[in-house]
Amino acid sequence: MNVLAYLIPISLILGGLGLVGFLYTLKSRQYDDPEGDSRRILSDKWDDHPKE
Amino acid sequence: MLSLPMIHCQACIARVEAALDAHPGIKSARVNLTLKRALIDAEPEVKAVELVTVLEKEGFEAHELDPGALNDTATRNASKDLLMRLAVAGFASMNVMLLSVAVWSGAADATRDLFHWISAAIALPAISFSAQPFFRNAWSALRAGQLNMDVPISLAIVLALVTSLWETWLSGHHAYFDAALTLTFFLLAGRWLDARARSAARSAAEELTALEVPRAMRMAADGPVEVPVADLRMDDHVLIRPGARAPVDGIIIDGRSEIDRAMLTGETLPEVRDVGDPISAGEVNLTGPLTLQATAVGQETSLHRMAALVAVAESGRSRYTSLADRAAKLYAPGVHILSALAFLGWLIWSGDMRVSLNIAAAVLIITCPCALGLAVPAVTTAASGRLFGKGLLIKNATALERLAEADTVVFDKTGTLTTGKPKIINWGQLTNAQKSVAFGLAEGSAHPLSRAIAGMARTENQAPADVTEIFEKPGFGTQALLDNQAVRLGRPDWIGVTPPDDSICAALDMGDGAPVLLTFTDAPRQGAVEAIAGLRAQGVDVILLSGDRAPAVASFAAGLKIDEWHAAMLPDAKAHFVAKLRDEGRHVLMVGDGLNDTAALATAHVSISPAQALDAARAASDMVLLGQNLEPIADALAVARQATRRIRENFQIATLYNIVAVPLAVAGLATPLIAALAMSTSSITVSLNALRVRGRG
Repeated sequence: MNVLAYLIPISLILGGLGLVGFLYTLKSRQYDDPEGDSRRILSDKWDDHPKE
Repeated sequence: MLSLPMIHCQACIARVEAALDAHPGIKSARVNLTLKRALIDAEPEVKAVELVTVLEKEGFEAHELDPGALNDTATRNASKDLLMRLAVAGFASMNVMLLSVAVWSGAADATRDLFHWISAAIALPAISFSAQPFFRNAWSALRAGQLNMDVPISLAIVLALVTSLWETWLSGHHAYFDAALTLTFFLLAGRWLDARARSAARSAAEELTALEVPRAMRMAADGPVEVPVADLRMDDHVLIRPGARAPVDGIIIDGRSEIDRAMLTGETLPEVRDVGDPISAGEVNLTGPLTLQATAVGQETSLHRMAALVAVAESGRSRYTSLADRAAKLYAPGVHILSALAFLGWLIWSGDMRVSLNIAAAVLIITCPCALGLAVPAVTTAASGRLFGKGLLIKNATALERLAEADTVVFDKTGTLTTGKPKIINWGQLTNAQKSVAFGLAEGSAHPLSRAIAGMARTENQAPADVTEIFEKPGFGTQALLDNQAVRLGRPDWIGVTPPDDSICAALDMGDGAPVLLTFTDAPRQGAVEAIAGLRAQGVDVILLSGDRAPAVASFAAGLKIDEWHAAMLPDAKAHFVAKLRDEGRHVLMVGDGLNDTAALATAHVSISPAQALDAARAASDMVLLGQNLEPIADALAVARQATRRIRENFQIATLYNIVAVPLAVAGLATPLIAALAMSTSSITVSLNALRVRGRG
């Protein structure tokens, strides 16, 4: 059962990474215009410089 | 900030942004497709009007928005905050649930203790962060000496944590960390759905207000200057162009024109005003430019004073308790008493503090209104989403429930059941020559009757007569020269004819000494007939109230097959009428648009106003109709009734789960596994049931 000493922290850290990633996207306002962003990706105009 | 209602694709985004970026003085422009808005950062000298014309040249409809009227950053932050707590609760509950599954499937001794300790280490910080909204609400309710849904929720969460910690300390078998976290997660999901639906409705409602940017033309020494309405002072001279709304109360010092008072009185026909006559804020100047001397500005205008009256009437309605609150009132004390009894019973019977506390926690967790917390928001979100798709905005949280109770619908006439724009009736009886002269004359004027003539002629592809020297005599009509012959279109008494009855008339003089009368009617709004038929079919009485004259109302009511109508109603009379119906025990749905309706809108049990309505009327009503079509009103009633039925069903389902699970909990048979199962299944059933509202039709 000693393997738990590694596995539990690893699984928590991985889950935590996901959580931090989600909070980052939330903080950097990536959900403000979901519809517009899904359309912008279709045009190559913003490929090199994403619109601020 | 601009509103762009027509944009819909990536090409639109690119074109709008390219057009705006090319305009001198603009630092950056960004289109938000979800909100259908463009945010523009520009030098101060760039006027919004210029940008609107730039975009119109590109083929996009654009309107200026007043950023001050939009405070959606606040509502968006609130929903973001909830989403963050939801994410943390979700993360923690998944992890703890995994550890719990290990315990349920047979982990024992040291392993079980280790898992419980890890769960505790995750659950304690996660709950102290995520469950804050519940704790805060519960605390403020308790401090006010009341019980709401959040009190049993908070108590269950805290008690579950405390007993679990204690159990873990004594290396016991059962810990409820997973239950406490899942509870928080589900309840936060309900809250978040609720907040999102409401912020969508609020931001759309605010956008309507923001569309009316308050600007006025102040006469300075060197001509008129555009200033914000808030900057106007008493005795300022204000220029009102034809088509503009008066921003202040005032007295005319220059000019003569016709005034559209439909928003204030419901009267379709314009009134003539001359130098020395008073004008109230909100009235629309139709024909000639006017200069006013302001006698009342800002909060002092008659418009604002009436809006303030509305606020008083509204406070009466806030006494309505929602279904959820009523359920909570029954539920919360019951749950507390039950769990206290279970605790006492076990304490007396076994004398074991630890077992008794465990049982009490189990009872609280099992009965905890997880399903109840989801029941209402899930249904209202689904229902308001469906109504929003049909063009109806729900501004108030309890509006749906109140709408479901409505048994009498009171309509205002002008601007609500009608478009507020006159339509010519006897066009077909005119000769082609008369039609073309009338069109030629009408084109030069902004008067509603002239616009009706021009609109009608355009639909027939009629060519306007080649009239010269068009001159509009404000308050009378338009005259011009046709082949050196004077032709006139205007008031019947100006032309020299007497109309046969008091319907809305204009006269056309072809210069041949035989003037013709043009008769008009106020056209019913699209979908009015269907809406009334739909409401009737659902067993609702329909009543028409109008500030207009009796013959006009009578013929209109007959056309729409409305049996009960009342004409020449003053604003107070309308409100009294609605109040009388209310005192008879009826639940009134008021549909109206004008300032003359606001008091009635606020008195009614529930109210709807069209998007074109005056700001004060929209503010006083619970729902806003976005399109031109009236038909959604009948649908709204059907959806609201269905939604309320679903909410009741959800309560019944939740109660059923409790009836099954509570005896188990009281008997001490509820393991954390059973608690988790009961909670999840009831939440899922309730959510699925709620989704049925969206599904059909």
